[in-house]
Amino acid sequence: MKSSFSTMPRRTFIKGLAFSAGITLAGCSNTDPPTYGNILRMGDLVTYKAHRLLLPKHSLAREYDYSDISSIPAIGTTNPADSSQPGFDPEHGPAYERLLRDEFANWRLSVEGSVVRPGVFSMAELRRLPSRTQITRHTCEEGWSAIAQWTGVPLSIVLEACGIQPNARFVQFHTYDAYVDSIDMLDALHPQTILAYGMNGRDLPIGHGAPLRARVETQLGYKSMKFLRRIVVADEFDDHGERGLLQAGWSWYAGI
Amino acid sequence: MSETAVPSSSSETSTQSEGHRRWVRISHWIIVVSFFTLGITGVFIFAAHPRLYWGEVGNNLTPALLEIPITNNYRPDELVRTVSFTDVSDTAVSANRTYRIFNENSWARSLHFLGAWFLVISGLFYALAGVFSGHIKNDLLPRARELAPRALWRDMKNHLALQFGSARSGPPYGLLQRCAYASVAFIALPLMLVTGLTMSPAVTAAYPILLDVFGGYQSARTIHFFAFAALVLFLVVHVAMVALTGFRRQMRAMILGN
Repeated sequence: MKSSFSTMPRRTFIKGLAFSAGITLAGCSNTDPPTYGNILRMGDLVTYKAHRLLLPKHSLAREYDYSDISSIPAIGTTNPADSSQPGFDPEHGPAYERLLRDEFANWRLSVEGSVVRPGVFSMAELRRLPSRTQITRHTCEEGWSAIAQWTGVPLSIVLEACGIQPNARFVQFHTYDAYVDSIDMLDALHPQTILAYGMNGRDLPIGHGAPLRARVETQLGYKSMKFLRRIVVADEFDDHGERGLLQAGWSWYAGI
Repeated sequence: MSETAVPSSSSETSTQSEGHRRWVRISHWIIVVSFFTLGITGVFIFAAHPRLYWGEVGNNLTPALLEIPITNNYRPDELVRTVSFTDVSDTAVSANRTYRIFNENSWARSLHFLGAWFLVISGLFYALAGVFSGHIKNDLLPRARELAPRALWRDMKNHLALQFGSARSGPPYGLLQRCAYASVAFIALPLMLVTGLTMSPAVTAAYPILLDVFGGYQSARTIHFFAFAALVLFLVVHVAMVALTGFRRQMRAMILGN
């Protein structure tokens, strides 16, 4: 018993090593988030790859009833024009202040990068596109959760209107505060991934990302970027330097 | 791990010499490292929002089931009320949080999940080896006939009197010992894994039944917390028993095998 068993762990262990080595090497390609040789980032990459391998694609996050709508705090940047906030961006904060003054009448969303027809959308144009309304749970990495109703245009509709190039792998969200982030094409084309302009039946409040925010319902709250100004479709992964999550020590994939 | 209070009635199944099998020792120590990694990072993660709730929803604007004052992250007086969603709900409001909180989740979350991968892989290995070697059936699971209230009571009394008989290093284990090990391996640790997965938005999108089983995201988080508390209690008793039955001999048996 004892000796016949001692060979199995070794074989399993070697297979595990080969799997980990594959993951580590995969991390060197430009279509995966980099690990920088950091064991935490390697673990994040294993989780990301395991989710993509094991979970069915595009299953819908649970949607709730109207009566489930709850209170919800606004955290992080609650006003990009407020220079006292840590997420204030000296380049775009003042522009946001000007947009606030005329209630976002001059706001535009630019869609560029790996698309056939790069374009600029006004809020009226976005609202003319087919919309989706969903009551979903916002799950914050801190440990709290809230349920709200979100109305917006599916990101897939905006991207397809611009024509996604075949090599496109990531969709980046550039905002009016100091952060940039991205999601992969699978989440970008998820039916519940929307560019939300409405919350609980009203225009999106400033604290929650006015005039337009992403809702990525298969990941934690921090992936649902607020205060959007520009969407870039990219063929390769970009960590966005100090503005991105990775160099701040956070996992890029937040499906867990 | 081998405090034997009452000589097991199943000693006929265990003909091996005193000590632990090699694969038991390897998986034991990987699980120990994973457990400490998960436990310490778990405390850091919990500290970012040390409030527990039941159901799907819970945040600084809703009442808590239980608050543990390990950080001052909950400061309702400093929340700036901004929006009342009165047309959709009588009670739903929004407020801006403008103060900085204690949040070490960047590394703590990633290290937590790294520890979880090690625990899952070593746990799977342990379960497979345990089934095929007969270790689980012969050494861990208490037999139905042993679970008579009188036998349990006698073993409990012996433990409380700190009488552990001829404590061996390795199987056969005593009755309470089997019950404790089996509860950790087959109830508490799997419960930690499944309630942990219920907190993943990608996993619950694929398997929403998890939310129904545990009663929601926050319920799963609360169960995760109390299962952790139970595991810490096990750890304290476990280490105490190792110390009471000969620390050096027990450690030698779990490291070197004899």
